[in-house]
Amino acid sequence: MLTMLKILAETGRQTIPDVTKVALPAIFRGKPEIASTPCESGCTTCRDLCPTSAIRISNSTVTLDLGACVFCGECADECPADKIAFTNDHLVASNNRSSLVIAEGDVSSITFDPDLVRKEIVGTFGSSLKLRQVSAGGCNACELELNACGNVNFDMGRYGIEFVASPRHADGVVITGPISLNMSEANQICHDSVPDPKVVILTGACAISGGVFANSPALQRAYVDRYNVDLYVPGCPPHPLTFINGVLTMIRSKHA
Amino acid sequence: MNTIPHLPAVVDIGAVPIVDTASFTQSVREYLSEGNTRHCLHYVAVPHGSDLRCIAILASDKEHHCHGISHVVSPGATVPSISQHHPQMHIFERDLWERHGIEFEGHPWLKPVRFPVGAAHGRGIDDYPFFRIDGGEIHEVGVGPIHAGVIEPGHFRFQCTGEDVLHLEIMLGYQHRDVEGELVRSGNPRKRSVIVESIAGDTTIGHAWAHAMAVEKLAGVTCDSVSEIERAIALELERMAIHMGDLGALSLDVAWQLGSSYFGALRTPLINFFQLWCGNRFGKGLIRPGANRFRLTSELRSSMRTTLDEVEKKFTALVNKMFSLPSVNNRFEKAGIVTHEQVALIGAVGMSARMSGLARDIRHSHPHGVYSSREYASIVEHGGDVLSRALVRRREIDASIAIIRDLLTELDGMLSTSPVPNVVSLAPNSIAISAVEAWRGELVHVVVTDATGNISTYRVKDPSMHNWFVLALSVRNNEISDFPICNKSFDLSYCGHDL
Repeated sequence: MLTMLKILAETGRQTIPDVTKVALPAIFRGKPEIASTPCESGCTTCRDLCPTSAIRISNSTVTLDLGACVFCGECADECPADKIAFTNDHLVASNNRSSLVIAEGDVSSITFDPDLVRKEIVGTFGSSLKLRQVSAGGCNACELELNACGNVNFDMGRYGIEFVASPRHADGVVITGPISLNMSEANQICHDSVPDPKVVILTGACAISGGVFANSPALQRAYVDRYNVDLYVPGCPPHPLTFINGVLTMIRSKHA
Repeated sequence: MNTIPHLPAVVDIGAVPIVDTASFTQSVREYLSEGNTRHCLHYVAVPHGSDLRCIAILASDKEHHCHGISHVVSPGATVPSISQHHPQMHIFERDLWERHGIEFEGHPWLKPVRFPVGAAHGRGIDDYPFFRIDGGEIHEVGVGPIHAGVIEPGHFRFQCTGEDVLHLEIMLGYQHRDVEGELVRSGNPRKRSVIVESIAGDTTIGHAWAHAMAVEKLAGVTCDSVSEIERAIALELERMAIHMGDLGALSLDVAWQLGSSYFGALRTPLINFFQLWCGNRFGKGLIRPGANRFRLTSELRSSMRTTLDEVEKKFTALVNKMFSLPSVNNRFEKAGIVTHEQVALIGAVGMSARMSGLARDIRHSHPHGVYSSREYASIVEHGGDVLSRALVRRREIDASIAIIRDLLTELDGMLSTSPVPNVVSLAPNSIAISAVEAWRGELVHVVVTDATGNISTYRVKDPSMHNWFVLALSVRNNEISDFPICNKSFDLSYCGHDL
């Protein structure tokens, strides 16, 4: 008993007091910024090297889709005009798919649109949200980070947000992975088993866009077009703080 | 057979001998009959005109070398199964049957592996032929694909009498994303580097390193010595972080709350160190063929020393307490025993072999990079039970701390700023083989190029391909309520298996 108390005392308080006010180290690759300085003539370096085709160039302007981006940062390393830089801003979750597309000169934070929150879920889950997670071809990195959300450091449970075992006990689903063909039916059955109103959260580049596996014949992604997605959480994997803050913003939002 | 003295290796594919099927079968059987120290690293098929050339890469733990041998088979042909004599071959033959329709006559368990698109057996994931025991007292328990926690999907089918498990069959494939197909189809080498980091996110470093070594061999590029040391540091850090998390998971399953919370808390500074080093908590983006993208600066090195000191102090106190608790030991001891004979027969690798007296460890048997210059002693336990698996993890955390400290000392005064080279041109008509001892065991990447130097076949072996069967054996004649601790004690990969 005494040893355990000693371990407790020496380990001390591990919990981050306020998860909404944390700055990650500068090297962390969060929301990118693309400068409006002109590209070198005809240059397509960033688009050509992007592993997930997240970058588009049209009329010599560059856009980057965080729904596909794996935050490898190679575009920033290789751009001859130094136009692209990754900031340490980890607050990149949104309910608006189009706000995940970063345009040149876009330096403001990723926005969450309260008016897009469906009226049947506004205010419903403000202090309690139980989620059923489904890994559908996920590589286990997203799953490990979602587990970390509940550990002693991040302690998501203090906000009433928890993962539960049965979809019948859940208020929504959190999908990770590009949705493999082999997992698509089980994923649908799980979705159908969650009582309405339910939220749908896509976590990680794979779930949002197929990520690095987007062109694989082994996927079946009809699910993501079939339902209203309530929250997109970009990343590869998303940091636990990205997920927690995204969900908190969603359940605390009110219509104007 | 031709001898491959060291791994990683690249050889002209023509140098791997082609023999007839009867001689191939006999040679492989003879090779594997030489005791428990020999096993098959991989058995892959590459196109050979309109036929298939099946290449076996065999390894000796004791003699530290590998051998390659091949035979040519028509798709849909019937060949004698080696698995009936050497069960360790079962997963490879099942894979070739599933992908290419080769019939293995006499295979005792010719069943689907991962249900890829266009599988030759024509079965879908809802059509798996389960083994079933009949009898008035027998009942069946099905679990999954979706499990209770936030984990990957797989289906477990138990045959039980009362609380006792007679047999467990594990059916996988839900995670199949066609990783290997994407690696071939992607002409973008940077995309390949990102794909391999997503084979199994908990083994990002292991797979990234195996990929990097295979590509470096094919491109004739040598990685700088600082990168080599940094990769080994990253691999040992990954091992520590996962073992730490799994000791926490085991604590949770035996209701020891302190361990559950604080092993988890001790994992955090380890993965946060990855974030400090390369901007990602799993080390994604760190390793690329040719060099590492992020360097261990002198500030990072000193920060790592501090982290290790702090983690070690707290870990030692916590883990000593853990293994002195009767409530923990009582659940761990004699639970989920897999005998030495069983792990050798089934071809277990990594800690799933070392927990039952089989010292199989690539860092010792086929060392590469900095492991070549060290006498690395494999950590072996002999009980074959949950306790042995937990003890292997405990001792490997201590060993990894020592290895990292040692490597940090070696790094003193060494700096490298060599940029990541643009690896474009690969040797044509070649086969590259690399192996890394990641935390679960040996990862093997086999990369084959065509006449123009494009990658024509990319095969990956995650240790879980062998070790899922070890988990299935571990629960036999145990209470079904001990399944969770057996499962956590192995913590095998679904996505690494399903690819």
